[in-house]
Amino acid sequence: MTTIESDTHAEGESAVESVTVRINNNDVSVARGATILDACTASGIDTPTICYAENLTPVNVCRVCVVEVTGNRTLVPSCSRLAEAGMEIQTDSDRVRHSRKMVLEFLGSSVDLSQAPEINQYSVRYEADVTRYVDDREVIEEPIRIQDELYIRDYDKCVLCYKCVEACGDDAQHTFAIAVAGRGFDNRVSTEFDVVLPDSACVYCGNCVAVCPTNALQFKSEFDLRRSESWREEEQTVTTTVCSYCGVGCNLELHVQDNEIVKVTSPVDHSVTHGNLCIKGRFGYQYVGN
Amino acid sequence: MADLKLSVDTSTDAERAVVDAVIAPADHAVVYETERVVRGGTERRRERRHLLLPGLHALQAEAGWISPGGLNYLCGALQVPPAEGFGVATFYELFRTTDPAHGQSVHHVCMDTSCHIAGAEALARSLEAEGERVHRGPCIGQCERAPAQFIQGRAEPDRVPADAASIADPTSYRLPQHGSSKLRLLHRVGVVDPTSLQSYHDHGGYAMLRYAIEIGSDAVIDEVKSAELLGRGGAAFPTAVKWRAVADERGRPKHVIANADESEPGTFKDRIVMENDPFALIESLTIAGLTVGADNGWIYIRGEYPLATTRLRNAIEQCRIAGLLGDNVMDSGARFDIELRRGAGAYICGEETALMESIEGYRGEPRNKPPFPTTYGLFGEPTAVNNPETLLNVLDLLEVGGDHYRTLGSERSSGHRLFCLSGHVRVPGLYEVPFGIALGDLIDLAGGSTGMTRAVLLGGAAGVFVGPDQLDLELSLEAVRDAGATLGSGVITLFDDTVDFTALVLRIAEFFKNESCGQCVPCRVGVTRQHEVLVEMAANGALSDERNTLIDDMATVMRDASICGLGHTASGAVQSAIRLGLVGDRP
Amino acid sequence: MFGAGGGTVSYAEIEEADVILLWGSNAREAHPIFFHHLMKGLDNGARMYSVDPRRTSSSKFADLWLGIDVGTDIALANAIAREIIHAGLANDDFIIRSTRGYEDFAAAVEPYTLDVAAEITGVPATAIREVAHAYATGGKSQILWTLGITEHHNAVDNVLSLCNLALLTGHVGRWGSGLVPLRGQNNVQGGGDMGALPDKLPGFQRIDDDADRTKFEAAYGMGLNPTPGIHLTLMFEAMERSELTAVYVVGENPADSEADVDRARALLSGLDCLVVQDIFLTRTAQLADVVLPASVAWAESDGTVTSSERRVQRVRGAVTPPGEARHDIDIIIDLADRMGVDLGTNEPEALWDELRSLSPLHAGMSYERLEAGGLQWPCPSLDHPGSPFLHGWLWADDLGGRAPAPFSVVEHEGPKEQLTEEFPLRLTTGRSLDSYNTGVQSNGFTSPIRYGEALDINPVDGESLGLSDGERVRVSSPRGSVEMAVRFQFDIPIGLTFTTYHFPDLVDINKLTNDAWDKRSGTSEFKAAAIRIDKIDFPIPMAGS
Repeated sequence: MTTIESDTHAEGESAVESVTVRINNNDVSVARGATILDACTASGIDTPTICYAENLTPVNVCRVCVVEVTGNRTLVPSCSRLAEAGMEIQTDSDRVRHSRKMVLEFLGSSVDLSQAPEINQYSVRYEADVTRYVDDREVIEEPIRIQDELYIRDYDKCVLCYKCVEACGDDAQHTFAIAVAGRGFDNRVSTEFDVVLPDSACVYCGNCVAVCPTNALQFKSEFDLRRSESWREEEQTVTTTVCSYCGVGCNLELHVQDNEIVKVTSPVDHSVTHGNLCIKGRFGYQYVGN
Repeated sequence: MADLKLSVDTSTDAERAVVDAVIAPADHAVVYETERVVRGGTERRRERRHLLLPGLHALQAEAGWISPGGLNYLCGALQVPPAEGFGVATFYELFRTTDPAHGQSVHHVCMDTSCHIAGAEALARSLEAEGERVHRGPCIGQCERAPAQFIQGRAEPDRVPADAASIADPTSYRLPQHGSSKLRLLHRVGVVDPTSLQSYHDHGGYAMLRYAIEIGSDAVIDEVKSAELLGRGGAAFPTAVKWRAVADERGRPKHVIANADESEPGTFKDRIVMENDPFALIESLTIAGLTVGADNGWIYIRGEYPLATTRLRNAIEQCRIAGLLGDNVMDSGARFDIELRRGAGAYICGEETALMESIEGYRGEPRNKPPFPTTYGLFGEPTAVNNPETLLNVLDLLEVGGDHYRTLGSERSSGHRLFCLSGHVRVPGLYEVPFGIALGDLIDLAGGSTGMTRAVLLGGAAGVFVGPDQLDLELSLEAVRDAGATLGSGVITLFDDTVDFTALVLRIAEFFKNESCGQCVPCRVGVTRQHEVLVEMAANGALSDERNTLIDDMATVMRDASICGLGHTASGAVQSAIRLGLVGDRP
Repeated sequence: MFGAGGGTVSYAEIEEADVILLWGSNAREAHPIFFHHLMKGLDNGARMYSVDPRRTSSSKFADLWLGIDVGTDIALANAIAREIIHAGLANDDFIIRSTRGYEDFAAAVEPYTLDVAAEITGVPATAIREVAHAYATGGKSQILWTLGITEHHNAVDNVLSLCNLALLTGHVGRWGSGLVPLRGQNNVQGGGDMGALPDKLPGFQRIDDDADRTKFEAAYGMGLNPTPGIHLTLMFEAMERSELTAVYVVGENPADSEADVDRARALLSGLDCLVVQDIFLTRTAQLADVVLPASVAWAESDGTVTSSERRVQRVRGAVTPPGEARHDIDIIIDLADRMGVDLGTNEPEALWDELRSLSPLHAGMSYERLEAGGLQWPCPSLDHPGSPFLHGWLWADDLGGRAPAPFSVVEHEGPKEQLTEEFPLRLTTGRSLDSYNTGVQSNGFTSPIRYGEALDINPVDGESLGLSDGERVRVSSPRGSVEMAVRFQFDIPIGLTFTTYHFPDLVDINKLTNDAWDKRSGTSEFKAAAIRIDKIDFPIPMAGS
């Protein structure tokens, strides 16, 4: 008989320590190393986030997830602050609601959120009112950058959440084709000297597009369908399968509309991809159906 | 590590030469050892990244801008992705990336508080009329001699015209309190030759380092603790606690940093000390390093201080030669050396974590805390960051002993404090007084106001206005806090009743709009919207209730939810000006 | 060496490795998402050494790149082994307990001094020594390779020479250490696992092992031919002898992908019967007597594939196939039906369950369990969690009752095709990031980073041939010639040239490559041909213009 060998990995599976925090006067236990956001999620509290993603290092810049922690002079970002034993946390106090509302108003008064349904839902929840700002105010105005057949970049929609920069950088792709340039309200996500994307280091993995919360970055396929008013997300099916190219085994989520693949993503919780793909996995589907 | 794709733009011989000079004595991050063996890798790249900012300085000085070819060469040499290099270059006021017409030196004219009321705009226009290139910018730390300018040199070194006298005669500087026996921190200023280590020795220099080595780290921290020394940079954190925390970290490289990125409008104290008593900063930083067990000292000085930079650089060199820096400091067996780093025009880099990001070669964006620098500081290693004035106080408290030092000052603020007086005051300048002096007495020490005082700005742009009814305010940390104000970095700017406060407050709002790093939403958008409301107010002459509510709402989110102190304080002056009826047509 | 063929580690392990030896692999472009895990390892402090004739985009992440001459891998590996032994860095306990054949091996590598290896490989002795010490002293060291090791006439020896290093140091069978062959195609691992090898049944059971075979015969209810079949390269030889006259090709494009492709095309054209089942009308399909249009397996049908880390995962149909295209299973069942055999169900899960009942490696992998991110074989039972890494038994006192792992004596040979005065330059081939194999899939999208097929050449060579960057030239090997542009690249050593094989319609590069092949793996020596470059004196009109 042919024999097979079988080994399982038993390292690092010692008992995990837990910490207990108090959120809105209820005790919640989470594993040591968990964030306040994790603790909120564990206790069923829906916390708004914009710059947070489970496959990226928290940059805590949007500040929409802030909570009140007793003993802290300022509010703290729940996405990055670790839960510490005995923390007293308020997630819906007037202070918290005020900051969340203001952050949403600030973003709504600056950029085009028309394709950011999640943020718009938060804005309703926190009663954000962008009409109360000076009419003649600075907003982000940039031409749509269409520089190839795969991506478009529409920075009018950019909330500067840094997610694309992180995905292009050391959280995933390590290509660093884009970075934040400028200062203050003039900050823009940019290539060096704003050279067109094909001249930059970009390798078209699409991992930046995948993490964009506002559709400032879009696959050209989606952009074209939207422009011809034939993008119908509600009709689309999403099917998980495995990429047909190299042997790494990346999971793909095929977004299908009218029996055509219109977009490819990857599950963020997949141990192989953590939501990331390469140019072939992301765009190599176009022969299907042809 | 990154894929590095450089554009086709080529660098000039001169650009390559200045970059190579910066990178030497290290080599490039990627080296061909033979045609078949190339050394590179993550560690070599990480080790060199901190040379990005000096490299950008070199390119800017050489070419007058950061050219695509020059950036290519620098990025290739350090293996920094060009997009990141560009992101860093565009963060700083002193670097230009869009302007190849670079034949001329640039006159940076300060438009902030003291200069604002002293004819800054007129100075800018007269320079323009003379055909000079003018950049209207933020405070450049010469408030006592407003209106001020700093010349970013093209084919000449950077310079400040007002420094000419001191350059000609290094001991010619005169404090208003020159010769006073009460000076503990400034007693050498204008007395010692700031270019001579020998002169510093002759005036008692390096006795305290010898003493600190003698008594050892724990005893030094005990002295600092019994002195109850609080940081002078604005946050008033107990220095002994910070030092103890870093000293207790073991097994990792450690750092001490002198935060000389003095950028708060109205502040110029560190500049005067560094220009006129630079060895005192070196000695005290060395004591800090030896005390906490750090091998590496850094002085991060703002880019607009050419004379202080020259004097410090010279002092560091002399100290190295004399064995006061290096592998065996003063024969103690301990290693400690100091790197001098120039900022490049960014108020935010005075925030200690932004400063560390800046040294490391990244955009000067503050970090979220915790973790704090004492555990996760420069390069992720334990770091003590101190204001130069704080360090100066260490020399004083070691000399007299912590217990005696504690008897100086007020009940809860020990020691002497430096105050920067400017604006409508008769003798503007740097003053040293014990904590607890009344505001009015300090103003009297400076010869009183030049007119009818309408308001005093305490703590600079990040501070608050107080009215003339506050002249008996005791200048101690506790009293000022109780009054809802702040001493910040020791700024006291007087404004008389001739001042157009609307224009002044608008300028303060503009300052924050220009200086916000833009990282977090509350501050990036908040300072912009705040400025817009004030622009509208300037046009209307008044603020509606709705607008007042909006200003308060914005101030609240900036204070509550911004990452760093810039956002937390960006509304203080505006709100206090409204409260005092200086603007907005409300009593 | 160890029985079942598969990478010994999980991708995640490289994130914790201390030393990474990337050998003949441009994973940055060929396995980009695996490289994400590798880069995490570098960020966590791992040092990486890259052995590759070219300074590839992967090599640029390395602490040290060793640009060896093509086909000198064994000399390098043996010298590393010798240095490890002489420096006292071998893991003696491990060698004594878990291996056999050490004495012979040590004697065999003795002639491979650093200087000898330097002479053969073109890499200085100091660099070889540095790699040896780093690999041996690393707490967790991994060796990764791809086609740079296996597309040689002595591919198996190349692999064995690397396995020797792991046995010498004990860098195998523990979390974080191991031997990692990166699979080039999405289910090349699964194909082998399923028995698509000449001598294997599913689960690496042997067709010539009576016990293994009878199990399958019982399940299938029919007898099976106990004689191992032949692999692709032998098939072409059989065609040449007219012993093989009918060929059924499923999802392969040998008329573009074989080395010495002119010969392959002639042989395929000369068959009595060629049936091609594919999703494209490939060049091979164009030669066929019958073409069976198939659906796209990964997007139009259900089933499983297996990755380089032995992870079995589900593929699922997301769109319905166009026109007359049918699922591979349905075509095969219908074909069997016409031949008078009832293969039973066409239902993917039922077929998978049948496989599970016959392959112990897969027994525990129900569809239900595969839902959440897949499982790594061996997974012998429903309560088994799957196996992140293999060969932990090497560290058990009794070796889990197994025989010790054998060292292999392998000698340096060099490429079959030596450089000559007539063909003085070395040609090697490989992949680029945005393209894949013969391009039938990847040419379906417009890549902004795709550059036309060009021959990369060091500017020194280019200039000595009187060429200018971008010039079209004639490139010839002993087998044929093609016209293509040269591209001056500083990263390619003098004497070496490189191109991809993604654009056979533009440049038929496999007209040049060498079909000398490895007797054990059947792989051709794509990585080492001898070529010459000639100027084209007058422009040749483009086809169609």
